[in-house]
Amino acid sequence: MSEKPVLEIAGLHKNYRAGGLFSGKQIAAVDGVSLTLDPKPQVFSIVGESGSGKTTLARMILRLVEPTSGTIRLGGRPLTGKDRDRIDDFEFRRLVQPIFQNPFEAFSAYLPLDSYLFATARNLKVAGNDRDAAEITEGALRSVGLSLERIRGKYIRQFSGGELQRISIARALIPNPKLIVADEPVSMVDASLRMNIVNLFKTIKEEKGVSFVYITHDLSTAYYLSDSVVIMNKGRIVDAGAPQEILANPREDYTRELMAAIPRLGERWPEIEAIKAEATERARRAAPWPERGGLPTPGSKSVKKAGAPSGESLAPEPDVRLPDCTTSSRRNA
Amino acid sequence: MIELKNVRAGYGTPDAFVAAVDDVTLTVNDNEILGIAGESGCGKSTLMRTLYGDFSGGLKMAGGKVTGRFTDPETGRTTESDAARFQDLWWDVMSYVPQGSMSVLNPIMKIEKQIVDALPKREKKGGKAELRQRIIEFLAGFGLPETVLDSYPHQLSGGMRQRVLVAIAAFVRPRLILADEPTTALDVVVQKRILLMLVEIQRRLKNTLVLVSHDLGVHYQMTDRIAIAYAGKIVEVGPTAEVFENPRHPYTEALIGALPRVGQKGERVGLEGRPPSLASPPDGCRFAPRCPQAQAICRQASPPLAEKAPNHASACHFR
Repeated sequence: MSEKPVLEIAGLHKNYRAGGLFSGKQIAAVDGVSLTLDPKPQVFSIVGESGSGKTTLARMILRLVEPTSGTIRLGGRPLTGKDRDRIDDFEFRRLVQPIFQNPFEAFSAYLPLDSYLFATARNLKVAGNDRDAAEITEGALRSVGLSLERIRGKYIRQFSGGELQRISIARALIPNPKLIVADEPVSMVDASLRMNIVNLFKTIKEEKGVSFVYITHDLSTAYYLSDSVVIMNKGRIVDAGAPQEILANPREDYTRELMAAIPRLGERWPEIEAIKAEATERARRAAPWPERGGLPTPGSKSVKKAGAPSGESLAPEPDVRLPDCTTSSRRNA
Repeated sequence: MIELKNVRAGYGTPDAFVAAVDDVTLTVNDNEILGIAGESGCGKSTLMRTLYGDFSGGLKMAGGKVTGRFTDPETGRTTESDAARFQDLWWDVMSYVPQGSMSVLNPIMKIEKQIVDALPKREKKGGKAELRQRIIEFLAGFGLPETVLDSYPHQLSGGMRQRVLVAIAAFVRPRLILADEPTTALDVVVQKRILLMLVEIQRRLKNTLVLVSHDLGVHYQMTDRIAIAYAGKIVEVGPTAEVFENPRHPYTEALIGALPRVGQKGERVGLEGRPPSLASPPDGCRFAPRCPQAQAICRQASPPLAEKAPNHASACHFR
């Protein structure tokens, strides 16, 4: 397994049918994606907006969705098809583990959480007996900063989202996988706890040699965490490279558009500056409010003049103009 | 515009009263965008509902006072009221942009009827056709075509539905618009469009926008002033630029420090522990158990929210 790429995807397609039985049409959720993760442990981020196909891609890697065409290989061996070399379900679960978005839905409310970790250890035959299972569980929990004692006999309601996500990670670590596929693992975790989880991925990568496929819409954690990033749009990869290359100095139009839409700290959107400046200016002149449509609107020329380089404006939208607020029905009434 | 004085509000449980807003004093000014930031369970939505006078679903006010004073810029007439009577002002002097457009709009009712139903009588005086025409013009201002009115919610995209909700809230030209996480579950590009729409409305109407969000980046972009909530208390409030540049409360500092930024690779760490249960908050400062700078006094006495610089207050014994 060592020389072959951890994950190799070639020409992957997934089509869904939408609409009626006869009038329906094919929608390509994933439209010809190819990518490779070298054997070196790494965090590989797949970034995109909703509908970009990133989750469908993740679900195909996790074998939850059957590809329409194309191949996925793990350590050089195919995941799908009828090849004799094909990875079977049991082996697959030892090699690849998932972490899902909502930790509150990842566990049942009726089972104590330690039982999940035990079951994983026993079912995947990582542990031959209960004592080994306890030891392995303890080890996995320690690597996420928890312990068996902390969670034994406790239920989902007794933990915060951050703690539950750590338990999910501990569970995923039990079979010593080569690859963890994490689909939006921190979007439900509070801001003050989020970085603890993100940093945990880094530590696990370095200490245990596990690679991560990190699926997210959040460009800042992708930048912080990943060794490689691909940007998806409409089922295709539109940009790929090291985060410093493609995010810090985006070249692709779509990446630029995404970057320009992030509400960043320390750098106000030029559109907002323009709206606020205009309002202040009007207040200073004590002028009456302008005629219909007089204020600059997102994407209009006067906004660009205020400092937004072209391409950083919003996606064009036909005539976003606020109506006249000065005529009031209150006055008419 | 609205003053909260020592407000305590929360929910009765069989065992005890849980105060999700505990001893909060806050002023909402005319013509500003005020942000309320905090993590889940910090009481920011309850604070919002208290500001709106929405005491449904078991929310009760157990102490303090909420008073409102709204001036109509055209007639100059002033309306004074308190939280218990704010309901009379809904969809007139004050309006609300809820989160989750899919669950708020009625799935089996066309958008036009949903808008018309929400409007006060004075808007309907001109008759049905005239009102429809005005709504069409108004929606066009938000990039929403006429066909939206004859659509059911599921026929619109998430961004369009959310724009409909903002449009409904702005149509009555209210003095106060409250927006509770108006862009959660939206993509960044759509989110930006909605946020710009909210700023533009506020600057045009010269009214007040109160924006609840867990996203500090959104607050940085949008708000003039920001209040940081933690475990039912306001721990810091001040002009947004200053709070971000020079945070006084250790919690604010930790939140800002935990945000990764594109272009900066330096190590970022989160806070340890978790916010306390609102049912049994710790003695003293509620942040003390997680605070890296906590001293003995922090665990005994609850620091009051006090002004430490002009218009900039924090609830910390030391800063």
